[in-house]
Amino acid sequence: MSSRIYKTINHLSANLQNWSDLYITDPNIKRMNTGQTMDDRLWDYIDGNCEPAEKATIEELLAANLDWQRTYRELLNMQQLLDSSELDAPSLRFTKTVMEKIAQHQVAPATQSYINKNIIRGIGAFFLTMILGFVIYFLAQVKWVAPTSDDSSSRLLKSVPDLGLENKINTASKALNSTAVALNSTTIILTMAVVVIMGFVWLDMYLQRKKAQSANS
Amino acid sequence: VAQTELTDTEIINKVLHGEQALYAHLVQRYQQYVFTLVLRFTDNREDAEEISQDIFVKAYRALADFRGESKFSTWLYTIVRTSCITFLRKKRLNITSIDSERTVKELENRDSGFSANAMEQKSRHAMVNAAIRLLSPDDTQVLTLFYKGEQSLEEIGRIMGLEPNTVKVKLHRARHRLKDTMEKHFTYELKDLQND
Repeated sequence: MSSRIYKTINHLSANLQNWSDLYITDPNIKRMNTGQTMDDRLWDYIDGNCEPAEKATIEELLAANLDWQRTYRELLNMQQLLDSSELDAPSLRFTKTVMEKIAQHQVAPATQSYINKNIIRGIGAFFLTMILGFVIYFLAQVKWVAPTSDDSSSRLLKSVPDLGLENKINTASKALNSTAVALNSTTIILTMAVVVIMGFVWLDMYLQRKKAQSANS
Repeated sequence: VAQTELTDTEIINKVLHGEQALYAHLVQRYQQYVFTLVLRFTDNREDAEEISQDIFVKAYRALADFRGESKFSTWLYTIVRTSCITFLRKKRLNITSIDSERTVKELENRDSGFSANAMEQKSRHAMVNAAIRLLSPDDTQVLTLFYKGEQSLEEIGRIMGLEPNTVKVKLHRARHRLKDTMEKHFTYELKDLQND
């Protein structure tokens, strides 16, 4: 919602900019009217982030316009204040405490050295299999209802010679329904959850073993 | 070469080759930057000190992951940001933009204590620091990284996970808000400064 409002405002301001070109003929006013606020343009100038042409324009405006001069002085004051702001210092024991803390630790091996692409692929394959499993499960939950007699599709089916397909579809639908009933039981869901957790435990153990091996070597 | 003259990368290489004690130079070099950034998130010296120490320990443990593609400070400030966000989440503080009503309310509540403090300390530094602390964590972070952390817009973008142009806009807005805050709460001090 807010992004839509932002886009609308941007669009309107862009249009206003173009309309202003129609009636503003004074080149000095045109130079002032770039769509950015005076403050933003002056901050870019102070930070040294503006193009040479823009820099020249701002310098001309600063030389000729009192408003620009006043704002420029204010922003320069602010800049000096920000530059002069001091950093806070921690306690005198800070470095010593950190060094005491790191004495209990070792530099961990670089992530690249123990994360192998095959493991990432393995994790990806595991999740893809899980997603596929769930898709099949949810498809199995769908009730395959035979069309009613007044349905247009059934009328169309009537015109097609009977190949015994209806029986086959019914048999398949019954099989799927019985699978869904079997899968729907709490035991199955719990088993799946246990399998997933065991998968994660196994993966964690494997990574830990790899990490220990690389640390030893 | 005196140890203190070593560059960050040289120190890191030596630390990675077992000279753990040299890490103290990196800590001394960046402790004030890290502490200032954290303090502006937490508003509490004790919390800030503890978080800053943890940041240096985290950085030490992950030192092998520093590949030298950016400045060490940029990499370190990324750890600062994530640690501070984790801290704020734990404290259930709102770190969204200043525009939200709730943040404005929080700032108003924080306001009185800080301004009273700053009134007592007439120094210019105290005033700026107090005014910066009245801003939202995001604003204070952008301002501190740009003015004190010696980070470019691109580097701040890397730390905050934003495009440089977005950082530029955030910086402009943060300065606008700082200006408004100072005009609102430090009118007399500002006049004094202008007269100086």
